[in-house]
Amino acid sequence: MNIVVCVKQVPETAEADLKIAPDGKSIVEEGLALQINEPDNYALEQALLLTEEHGGDVTVVTLGGDSSEEVLRMSMAKGAQEAARLADSAFERGDAVATARALAAAVKGLEYDLVLTGCMASDDGHTQVGVAMAEFLGIPHATYVTQMEVGDGSVTVGRELEGGLIEKLVLGLPCVVGIQTGINEPRYASIMGIAKAAKREIALKSAADLGLEEGDVGEAGSATVVTELSFPAVGEGAEILDGTPPEASAKLADVLKDKGFV
Amino acid sequence: MSEILVLAEHRGGELRDITFEMLGKACELADSSGGAVSALLLGAGVGPFAEALTEYADEVLVRDDEALQDFNSAVYQPVVAEVVRSREPAIAMMGHTAFGVDLAPSLAVELGLPLATDCIDVAYDGSELGVTRQIYEGKVNAAVAFPGASRAIVTVRPAAFAIPDAKRKGSVTSLDSAVPDEPELRRFVEYVEAAVGDVDITKSDVVVSVGRGIREPENIPMVEKLAGLLGGVVGCSRPVVDAGWLPKDRQVGSSGKTVKPKLYLAVGISGQFQHMSGMKAADTIVAINKDPKAPIFSQADYGIVGDLFKVLPALTEKIEELRA
Repeated sequence: MNIVVCVKQVPETAEADLKIAPDGKSIVEEGLALQINEPDNYALEQALLLTEEHGGDVTVVTLGGDSSEEVLRMSMAKGAQEAARLADSAFERGDAVATARALAAAVKGLEYDLVLTGCMASDDGHTQVGVAMAEFLGIPHATYVTQMEVGDGSVTVGRELEGGLIEKLVLGLPCVVGIQTGINEPRYASIMGIAKAAKREIALKSAADLGLEEGDVGEAGSATVVTELSFPAVGEGAEILDGTPPEASAKLADVLKDKGFV
Repeated sequence: MSEILVLAEHRGGELRDITFEMLGKACELADSSGGAVSALLLGAGVGPFAEALTEYADEVLVRDDEALQDFNSAVYQPVVAEVVRSREPAIAMMGHTAFGVDLAPSLAVELGLPLATDCIDVAYDGSELGVTRQIYEGKVNAAVAFPGASRAIVTVRPAAFAIPDAKRKGSVTSLDSAVPDEPELRRFVEYVEAAVGDVDITKSDVVVSVGRGIREPENIPMVEKLAGLLGGVVGCSRPVVDAGWLPKDRQVGSSGKTVKPKLYLAVGISGQFQHMSGMKAADTIVAINKDPKAPIFSQADYGIVGDLFKVLPALTEKIEELRA
C-alpha cells in the first residue's frame, strides 16, 4: 500500500513569547525553533507502521520554503522512501483551501492508496487541508482519526468526537485520513538514518509542474485573507500572585486555606 | 434581505449547545443588519428538535430521513450543498466540532465558497463580513476578511458565544431535498463509548491537572503528591495522554472529560480552548505557568507566573506546613 503523507513545518510557539511583525499580519518567526507539525508527525508514523505491515512506499510532501526540507529529510531518516516539496513563490501565503488545491495536484501525480495528513496545524489551526484535499481528489475522507485498521480495499477508522466518543467508519481506498495526536508513538530517527537522508534527493515542484495557474494557488488563489493580528484581550483574568516561587506559593497556600481546601 | 443559515448539530437524541450558540450569534447579526435566521436540521425523527428550534430562528428547515440518522459527511454534504445553492445565504454557519470539521472544508470546495474555521467572532463592518479566529494555539487573534465575496461558510468555536434566551417564533418548513443512500465508500459503523477507568475525575471536588509543561512522566508523582494533600485527583491535558503518561480517562477537555470541581489547579497547561471547555465551570481555577501570555490565565481566578518545578515543591511544602 503506497501512502502519501502531507507534512508541514511550523514554528515552535507553545512556550515562546510571540511578537507581531511590523506588517501586523504575521508573527516574528526569527528566533523560533522550527519543527514538524505535531499531528503530521503522528500521520507519518502511522504511514510507516502501515507500510511496515502491509508493504508499499511512503512519500512525504510539503508546501514550504527551503527550511521545510528539514522536515522532509527527518521523515526520510525515519523511513519515508520519497519526498517532494512544492517550491514556488506562487504557493506562498495561501489560505487552507489554496494549499489543499496545490497539495491535491501534487498527490494526483503520484501512485497512492492512502493520503494521511495531520488533522490540523499548530500555527494557523485551520483544520481544513486534508478534508478539502479529499474533495479536490474526489475521494472519501475522515478526520480527527485516532484509530485505524486496514482491510481489503478499505480502512476502518475511529474518529474522536466530543467527550471521547469514538465514531467508527469504513472508508473505501483511496481516501484521505486526517490523523489526530495520540494514535501511535512516533519514533525518533536514528543517527544513521539522518546521515543517509542528508544525501537523498527531494523532488521540487512548481505550480506549472502541477498544471496549476499562478492564480489558483497561494495568495492569489485564496478566498480569505488575514487583515490584522492582535493579542487576545486578557479580560478580567487571573489575580497574579507574585514574588519568588516560595513567596507566590505561600500566597497561594493562604488562598487555598481561606477557601477551605487545606 | 440576507439570510444566515445555521446547521443544527445533534447527537444521541439531543441538540448540542453549539447549535444554540450559533443561533444566538446569527440572531444578533440579523437583528443589526436586517436579515433573517434559518436553522437547517437534518436527521431522522427530529420533529421535536424542529419545534424547539423555532424559538431561536425565523425559519427551521427540516429534512427528516432515515439515511440522515447518524452524521455522515458523505450523506450530509449533498443535502447541505443543495440548500446553500438554492437559498444563497450570506453566511452558512456550522460548529467547529468533530462534525463540522469533517464537513465544512469539502462543502466549501464543492460550492466554491470561502471558508473561515474556528471563529470566535463573526461581524459585519458595513456590508463587509469579517471574522476573528485564533492562531498559534490560542495565543494570537487573526482578523480575517473575504475580499470580493458576498457569501461565506464559517465554523464557530464551541462556547465562543452564549446560549441565548428563546425569543423567536419561527416557522417550520419541510424540505424534500434528495438524500443519497449512504455511499459504499464511507459507511458509518457505530459509536463506541470511551472506556471507564479506575478513577472518575468528574466526581472529585479537587482536580490538579498537568500539561505538556511537566516534561517527563517521572515528574507526575510530584503532582500526585500535591493532589493527595488537597484531597483531589490528578487530571491532565491532551499532550500528556498522547505521550502515554496518563490514561485517557484523566483527560480534561472537549475530547475528554468535563469537570466542575470546587478547585481546579492547572499546572503547566497553556489553555487551548479544547482544554478550557472542559474545566471552565470549576468554582475556583488556579493556573501555574511560565508564560504570562498563556491563555489559561484569562480563565483562571488566581495565577502564578513561574517555573512549575520551583513552584510545585514550594507550594507542597507550604501546604504541609499549614496542615501540620
